Amino acid sequence: MGSTLRIVNGRVHDPANGVDGKTRDICIKDGKIVKSVPPKTKCVDAKGMVVMPGGVDIHCHIAGAKANIARKLQPDDHRRDIHRRMELEKINTRSGTGGTVPSTFTTGYRYATLGYTTAMEAAAPPLLARHTLEELDDTPVIDKGFYILMGNNVLLYKMLQEERHEEIRNAVAWWLNATKSYTTKLVSPGSDEPWKGHRNATITQLNDKIDGFEQLTPRKIITSMVNTVDDLGLPHPVHIHCNNLGHSGNYKTTLETMKAADGRRIHVTHIQFHSYGGKPDGEPTSKAPEIAEYINNNPNITADVGQVMFGKSTSMTADAPLAWMLTRYSNDKRWVNADTECESGCGIIPFAYQERVYTHALQWATGLELFLLSKDPWRMVLSTDHPNGGAFTSYPRLIRTLMDREFRKQQMESVNQRAVAKIKRGHHMEREYTLQEIAIITRAGPARILGLKNKGHLGPGADADITIYDEHEDKELMFSAPRYVIKDGRLIIDNHEFRNNHEGKILHVSPLYDEGIEDVIRPFVEDFYTIRFDNYAVSDHYAPRREVIPTTKQ
Amino acid sequence: MDKTMILVPGRTTKQGVGLIDSKFKKDYREATTTVEINVEDMARLGLEDGCKVKLRSADGVVTVKCTGRRTEDLPPGLMFIAYGPPTSKLMGKDTAASGMPLSKHLEVELKRVS
Amino acid sequence: MMRVAEKAKSEGNIKIVEDATCTFCGCLCDDMVLTVDVDAKKITKAKNACVLGKALFLNYEEEDRPFALIGGKEATTAEAVEEAAQILANARFPIIYGMSDTTCETQRKAVGLMDMLGGTIDSTTSVCHGPTGMALQGVGESTATLGEIKNRADLVIYWGGNPAESLPRHFARYAVTAKGMYTPNRKKDRTIVNIDVRHTKSVPVADIFIQVKPGADFELLWALRALVKNRHVDPNIEKKTGVSLKTMKDLVERMKNCRYGVLFFGMGLTMTRGRHFNSAAILSLGSDLNEYTHFIATPMRGHGNVTGADTVVAWQTGYPFGVNFSRGYPKFNPGEFTATDMFVRGDADAGLILASDPGSNFTQAAVDHMKKIPMIVLDPKYTHTAKLARVAFTTAHYGINVPGTAYRSDGVPIELRTCLDSKYPSDEEVITAIYRRVEQLLIAKKRSKGANNKRQKAA
Repeated sequence: MGSTLRIVNGRVHDPANGVDGKTRDICIKDGKIVKSVPPKTKCVDAKGMVVMPGGVDIHCHIAGAKANIARKLQPDDHRRDIHRRMELEKINTRSGTGGTVPSTFTTGYRYATLGYTTAMEAAAPPLLARHTLEELDDTPVIDKGFYILMGNNVLLYKMLQEERHEEIRNAVAWWLNATKSYTTKLVSPGSDEPWKGHRNATITQLNDKIDGFEQLTPRKIITSMVNTVDDLGLPHPVHIHCNNLGHSGNYKTTLETMKAADGRRIHVTHIQFHSYGGKPDGEPTSKAPEIAEYINNNPNITADVGQVMFGKSTSMTADAPLAWMLTRYSNDKRWVNADTECESGCGIIPFAYQERVYTHALQWATGLELFLLSKDPWRMVLSTDHPNGGAFTSYPRLIRTLMDREFRKQQMESVNQRAVAKIKRGHHMEREYTLQEIAIITRAGPARILGLKNKGHLGPGADADITIYDEHEDKELMFSAPRYVIKDGRLIIDNHEFRNNHEGKILHVSPLYDEGIEDVIRPFVEDFYTIRFDNYAVSDHYAPRREVIPTTKQ
Repeated sequence: MDKTMILVPGRTTKQGVGLIDSKFKKDYREATTTVEINVEDMARLGLEDGCKVKLRSADGVVTVKCTGRRTEDLPPGLMFIAYGPPTSKLMGKDTAASGMPLSKHLEVELKRVS
Repeated sequence: MMRVAEKAKSEGNIKIVEDATCTFCGCLCDDMVLTVDVDAKKITKAKNACVLGKALFLNYEEEDRPFALIGGKEATTAEAVEEAAQILANARFPIIYGMSDTTCETQRKAVGLMDMLGGTIDSTTSVCHGPTGMALQGVGESTATLGEIKNRADLVIYWGGNPAESLPRHFARYAVTAKGMYTPNRKKDRTIVNIDVRHTKSVPVADIFIQVKPGADFELLWALRALVKNRHVDPNIEKKTGVSLKTMKDLVERMKNCRYGVLFFGMGLTMTRGRHFNSAAILSLGSDLNEYTHFIATPMRGHGNVTGADTVVAWQTGYPFGVNFSRGYPKFNPGEFTATDMFVRGDADAGLILASDPGSNFTQAAVDHMKKIPMIVLDPKYTHTAKLARVAFTTAHYGINVPGTAYRSDGVPIELRTCLDSKYPSDEEVITAIYRRVEQLLIAKKRSKGANNKRQKAA
């Protein structure tokens, strides 16, 4: 590219490199951060501003079959939130619609407008990876990747039942390569078989037998996948949506799941939804302290919170039984179920979190507790499980809630008081996140958890993905409108204006595997899927701009 | 003799195969200009296989050939024809704000030609 | 950039291409084995193809037709691009319609073209399962990919569709005689029900045939919903629908007690009295049954990539079809921005028809209007629409000459293989060329408008 840029006079927050608000220059060349640039380089004057790496969203649902049904489902959500086409000096942007499941172009532009430069689609069935990649290709500016659903994979179950562990490792590696994805995702392992095959039955205990696979339990699947991914040396560990999401008393399942990792790395996603006490089928209470304590004490565990934000949301999950359960509690009865052969399920229901409702207020408070009790912000990072807990456009408000205890108090006073009463009182409730800590939970931490060495920091060699915010007392205002956003060294947002379009790249892994595994996968696909094995894997055509993130074995 | 019947246009393999070759060629034309009528209706209306009939709907009129079907296959009062230019002429234009014109269950009057 | 690896063996002039995909219908069978005579540019065998697929492949020929026609006269592609771009750039309310027989890559560009122009985009969905898309917006749906049905379904109900003739391999590949994980005995492990107004060629495979009176599907569906929920249904429903309460109750018992039930439905519901209400009723019935067992309701779709069309339009705009960009953002309104209505009311002042033949399939009032406005057509074949168009492009066949993506009726995306080159451009190339030229024309228009304004101010 050849272009250079220098950011001067800004207060830099680069936690990964130990820079906490010092004023220093950031030099950019050819899309990367470098030590120095020629003196005549164009400068961006960031006086009075805060400079951070671009935001990294570790878990969101923005592209693929599930997202698209949710889009199709809610024209009402789009009508209220249009996104105009812009004809600017250098570029034209595409129009779109928003709401909780924006159209793809709008998704990319809005992430960029918030200063986020990387986002990871959290769940795609491998068979439909092509669809996710097509949508990501139409999601501008940001870099992106996705996780493939493997926790309810029938072939892997068969292998696991017969303890063919070597084959499992090769099969998982094959699947990651075939789909150009980032890691394996487990969603409520074991729950699809009873749902699809046993008239919508559910599974609740980690030691429950799985329908049709009597030697298997959710625990065995979790252990196997944690070990497999660890053996493969993937940059990001197994990413798990624990069993029993949303159910009272589920914190026990979450603790058991974390223990099942047995010291190996595991990432527990939207952990707020898995931190409830109370009796099964009774009212939930918060067990955030127990969960936070376990994570604080066990460095092999990382998590993202999955904060609930009041207002409209869309419950959109591979946890199909969960969505069915939620229909009881949603005013909007438009329920969607979508099975994917041999691989996964999906459930969607439009939702809204309301301050006055006990459960919703309890969920909201639980999430905040997790943030406030976390001793290691590197391992308890920010997410709303977009759009399940709330849209990603609510991140600035969440940041303010964490940084501004007065604002937080006001909100606490306006929500269901019975729920607030259930929250543990303590010193942590007064905590205010610093800018540095925000930089950790929204950029440096997610990048590190993801194993993205060139993201989330501003040291030489990093991708030049940079966000510059005006310092503002109102942190919601500050984080919702960055002054400058730079992606791969290009000024996308320049003085609040959208200036340049950009196409990000797909980040994926390509672990080594024994090609002989195809002789095992092929007959299974030809017998029990409905496409031919040689038509399954995704060709390079679907990821024209991509970067392979190496495993620790490569 | 006039008679109001319900016409059901639909796909057939012959029409499907025909349209691949060309919509201007014989096979497609034949498939889309032959209406199936219940044999009892045909007897009542004095029609025989291969004779020409005029079908008139609120929106258009076409001339097609007829062929008989048993009652087990096609109930009285109902007629079937493969989709094509003739059925398009008979189709209504009101979509009731849905985008979809009513393309099946068209009320048509039947009249023998010649 | 690497496409799906070619799976072909050559021996002299003959090439055998495996795992090719047939794009005729929504089954999108990807197990074609094509024998290709490369010199003759013909496909001589299409193993595994049904009668429609065989017609598609064996009738393929590289016709010796002009690259384009302008006003009926031979022209080059480039000349036609210029003419088409002029038409679109000067239109105030243009529409792109069709899209069901072309690649997703093309569809994506077509939406972009209308976005830039502030025009309207609609696909054949609006006259196929558009009503089902509208119903989804109202009631949701319970659905599955076809492999789930193959593996698990023990009760399969076909309603208002005739797959024997429109989706000939549907029975064998997915739902009736297919062998699956929990259906090793094929049809013996399943009960097949067929509900229609007449005895079609799909009825013989059914164990139960229920004949419903034309135009009474909604009432029958609603009665079934009521019976599923154990409500009382007035016996006058029998006269209304032509179906006895006994038959209805029997069907409901089967539905409640199966292990995995499927309702497949077709144009018999979407194209008849009620339209999206019929679709909503059957989708609701499918969803309701999940109180008792695992049940899905899913449309059968007739064209190779019509599902791709609504998938693409939805991800790019938020809405599945009938989308207008006149205000600079997508608006959705069936009846206002759907092609039939836009032509019938005479709103459209220019049309680009991509991979479809409304000149033959649309109602006469729409065709009459199409004759009055400048129309552009892209099609491998010379169609009724091409006949009435101002500009007609001959383009190459997707899935034979042109690679790309297509979505099966259940949403599974497949990358198409090619087996023969074509001298004609692909739809995507033509749309891209038109896009670039329109972009230039719009910039020029803007500049001259700006210059005129300056002159007026100065004067």
